[in-house]
Amino acid sequence: MRQIIKIAWRNVWRNKLRSLIVITSMVLGLWSGLFSASMMSALNNQRINSAIKSQLSHLQIHHPSFQDNYDIKYQINGLNKVLKALDENKKVNSYSARIVLSGMASTARGATGVKLIGADHTNEINITDIHSHIVKGTYFSGGTSRQAVIGQELAEKLKLDIKKSIYLTFVNEDGSQERLKLKVVGIFKSGNSIFDGSHMFAQKDYLDKIFGKEDIIHEIALVSNDINQAKELKYELLKAFPDNEIELWSEISPELGYANEMLSFFLYIFMTIILIALSFGIINTMLMAILERKRELGVLMSVGLNKSKIFLMIALETLFISIVSVPLGVFLSYVTISYFGDVGIDLSMVEEGLEQFGMGTRLYTELYLDYYINITLLTFLLTFISSLFPARRALKLEPAVAVRSI
Amino acid sequence: MNVIETKNLKKIYSQGEIKVNALNDVSVSFKQGEFTAIVGPSGSGKTTFLNTVGGLDKPTSGNVMIDNLDITKLKANKIIDFRLRNIGFVFQSYNLIPVLTAKENIEFIMLMQGYSEAKRNERALELLDAVGLSSEAKRRPGQLSGGQQQRVAVARALASKPKFILADEPTANLDSTSTKNLLDIMYDLNRKEKMTFIFSTHDQRVIDRAKRVITLEDGKILSDNTT
Repeated sequence: MRQIIKIAWRNVWRNKLRSLIVITSMVLGLWSGLFSASMMSALNNQRINSAIKSQLSHLQIHHPSFQDNYDIKYQINGLNKVLKALDENKKVNSYSARIVLSGMASTARGATGVKLIGADHTNEINITDIHSHIVKGTYFSGGTSRQAVIGQELAEKLKLDIKKSIYLTFVNEDGSQERLKLKVVGIFKSGNSIFDGSHMFAQKDYLDKIFGKEDIIHEIALVSNDINQAKELKYELLKAFPDNEIELWSEISPELGYANEMLSFFLYIFMTIILIALSFGIINTMLMAILERKRELGVLMSVGLNKSKIFLMIALETLFISIVSVPLGVFLSYVTISYFGDVGIDLSMVEEGLEQFGMGTRLYTELYLDYYINITLLTFLLTFISSLFPARRALKLEPAVAVRSI
Repeated sequence: MNVIETKNLKKIYSQGEIKVNALNDVSVSFKQGEFTAIVGPSGSGKTTFLNTVGGLDKPTSGNVMIDNLDITKLKANKIIDFRLRNIGFVFQSYNLIPVLTAKENIEFIMLMQGYSEAKRNERALELLDAVGLSSEAKRRPGQLSGGQQQRVAVARALASKPKFILADEPTANLDSTSTKNLLDIMYDLNRKEKMTFIFSTHDQRVIDRAKRVITLEDGKILSDNTT
């Protein structure tokens, strides 16, 4: 075995230029594949994180009928018990109890459908990051309680600026129309233009005064200590409060959930295609090497190297090319991905397009460790498969004929 | 006692629609310690005979008995193993493994046979000394002359102490000095170790040193002379 390994290793380096070309192509193929995958992964994660931080949170609790048409009469069942359970649950990092009004926002310049979120903003800042995306004015302040923070798209649509008034018309519990007058104190730009064009925030205290009671809550948005605990937490809460609807971020926004699942599948397909293309390069090189070494293989067979050892030798030669290429390719990818994970890639030239998808203009590349591991294993597997055809050709050689070939 | 015995050996090659009788009813035997040259014009069946006796090629009919074992009946993997343990080959074009040094080439077959490292080392050095290449042990084939390579090939063939050595035109690519040196070495080994050598050759210098000369023509034995 040791001798076969030695011969295989030395065979790899017999034609240094050819081996280096194959190794370089594998390194570059792996690097380009992994780096592209890291960009796609980063874009997807950024989109999800942006959605989670600006609107979805990890979990949301609603009355089972509330999300059908945002009728304000559908408030959370057993609110006090739910809030107490959340206070006591160690998996819950923070939560914000919200009033949600769906209505028509209007100014003298226009009108559009919006969702108003009324919350205690000392809690809300632990759930959403809107406060850190204020581009004009402030994220609520002292003074009047009729304050509103609105999205930049909405401000542009209604030609609004800070200190201007915005009216919200919504249908009250009894079916009558109610009109609120709010004063814009801040304008945010979350990075998701659709969200920014349809959302505004107000103070829960003010809305409590309008409704004349404090226990109107339509939505509780909560963040768990770890997003991976969210699913477990959901089932705990669902068990305790079966008469409420409790949804994960991926259920509230299924297109994001599907996109996430699809992406990981797609990334493997993408890398497999690259690796299959590289495999053909390996097959070609190995086949050339076999054809050039017909006589030598004939000698090895003549002197007593059996078929399994010939096969092993060729498989090892192919594997050695991978053993050199894969660590180099993975290391190069890791370094590049880590570097751009820190400094980011400026994508401001496609800012508008990215905002449509809720993504920022600086992309911080990232790739999970299991992806590196799986791609490494996949490369070795495909390399081994690539060795089968050349090895089969070698095994078909007749030693008596092969030893006399030129 | 016969080491090798062929019985009615036939080998027919098909070249398109034409059938070529490369070996035609060849029956011959070889005793331990013979130093035999198989001679004849090109296409007379010399190489086919050696390939068939060496188990590299299957005869169309007939038998090859080696120590009373019919190797034509052995399955593919068994014949490879049989070759490894019983037959030494020397080829016209040296055919050493280019990525191994002279010593590693000699050790290679012993390694396949499972010899210990110490025994391999001892035997390889002994054989290198026998073929006069002790100082070239660490050189790869590309760094050796044709004559030196063929001497390493002989040492490799002898390494595992085979029952006999088949050499297919071993001197065809060598100059006269290298040929003489090689023949001296093989003759010496034949004499000292009672090693059986069977050559195919056109080379009169080899024929002159052979103790037995078998002449083939059109796949048949034309003459079989022992000196």
